Amino acid sequence: MAYLEVRGLRKSYGTRSGLTAVLGGVDLTLEEGEFVAVVGYSGSGKTTLVSLIAGLIAPDRGEILLEGVPVTGPGPERGIVFQQYSLLPWLSVRGNVALAVDAVNPGLPASERRRITDEFIALVNLTPAAWKRPRQLSGGMRQRVAVARALAMRPKLLLMDEPFSAVDALTRATLQDELLRIWGERRSTVMLITNDVDEAILLADRIYPMTPGPDAVLGPAIEVGLPRPRQRRHMSLEPAYQKARQALVEFLRAARTAR
Amino acid sequence: MRIDISQKVILPLLGAACVLVVWSIVSVTVAPDLPSPGRTWRESQRYVLEPFFKDGEMNQGIGRLAFYSLVRVGKGFALALAIGTPIGFLLGLSRRFHQSFDPIVQFMRPISPLAWLPLGLVIFQKSEPAAIFTIALCAMWPTVINTAVGVRSISPDYLNVGRVLKLSRVKTLTRIVIPATLPYVFTGYRLSLGLAWLVIVAAEMLTGTPGVGGFLWQEYNSLVYSHIILSVITIGAIGFVLDRLMGLVEARVRID
Repeated sequence: MAYLEVRGLRKSYGTRSGLTAVLGGVDLTLEEGEFVAVVGYSGSGKTTLVSLIAGLIAPDRGEILLEGVPVTGPGPERGIVFQQYSLLPWLSVRGNVALAVDAVNPGLPASERRRITDEFIALVNLTPAAWKRPRQLSGGMRQRVAVARALAMRPKLLLMDEPFSAVDALTRATLQDELLRIWGERRSTVMLITNDVDEAILLADRIYPMTPGPDAVLGPAIEVGLPRPRQRRHMSLEPAYQKARQALVEFLRAARTAR
Repeated sequence: MRIDISQKVILPLLGAACVLVVWSIVSVTVAPDLPSPGRTWRESQRYVLEPFFKDGEMNQGIGRLAFYSLVRVGKGFALALAIGTPIGFLLGLSRRFHQSFDPIVQFMRPISPLAWLPLGLVIFQKSEPAAIFTIALCAMWPTVINTAVGVRSISPDYLNVGRVLKLSRVKTLTRIVIPATLPYVFTGYRLSLGLAWLVIVAAEMLTGTPGVGGFLWQEYNSLVYSHIILSVITIGAIGFVLDRLMGLVEARVRID
């Protein structure tokens, strides 16, 4: 059995005009320490998939097993980086990270929790801004706080819902490199949701393409054969990159035409 | 810079001058009993220039009278917040509580202080607690309603953070719900303070207690009309200052 098993996940939303089937039977697996991306068009139901795995909403059908244990609700062992950051604006960078550290380590002495908080703030290079409020930070910095907060939960699985979609292209590249570095250091198990094919190839070991909704499903996973550590500069010249990109783009294009 | 001065100083002064002119014209034409601005000043000078003199229960400097009123309003306002804030949170947090008590809130909200005061006198038998009861009962509604609206408009994103961290009910309340609601709560406090000050005059008039409102009514009965105007201006000035002060507090807790 895989580390994370998702089987036959279905979810519909009721609207006044009837039922919209967002996910029509999603299957996916994730091994421990693996970085997996799900790529799809905007509005295809990617956020719904993340919310289901996070346990924030319940599926109509299907099951989610993390280390063999069914997911029945949200919990810190599935840390999540929300698309819109979701930082608490009345808390400083420190306060936001500390909230997570304190919540998952109630038994630790205060000094130890403070040390962990500092460690994760330093991990995303925000130590100089630790006392700032989210509104004083740029979009990229806010997203780094969100990443630090999610990692500070020491999750078994880190869920990232289009984490870099709200920042400009230059910042996005920096954040991707940083995520690559952090993942290289910690080997967390990550599931990244994105609509950016290149982002997925740069970061992930395997990529699931998602068909456009309604009734979205995942296509067969595509292995990214690029060696690690990866360098964005030379990546596009590698045959492995071109192969993965072609497979992804072809699948997504065919899935759209089929609609 | 120059535009700033003209907008913030000269234009408001111009507006005040217009009011003085209209007041003067009315006092010499249609309402001869209305004291002119000059006469009002001559007869009120001592109350303003020696604001803390005391010749008798109802004949005191305007500063002293205002102080009595402010203390009374302070008590009523504090009581309004102490009762109104928890009710607001309960209305926002619990659907059942909302269904049970929201109709009562909507029913009691439009009742005038003039209607509550006699009831307060019946309940407490004394004018002072009756006045405070009336102020609290009239002033608490904006706090109740704003707090309830604030709780219900908390972004689900913030609540999701609490859910992922599995915060306990108490922690969710203290770490997320209360701080997220605070800006609404303080807007409610500001409106409540305005109402409390509005009610004071009615409460003092009816109970005859010393204060700006009591003084106003007494001077009406003694036919010293200029002192009515003095009281009116004092009430307006203090109300304005209170609102500004609460506005500063409100701005401090505002999130964005």
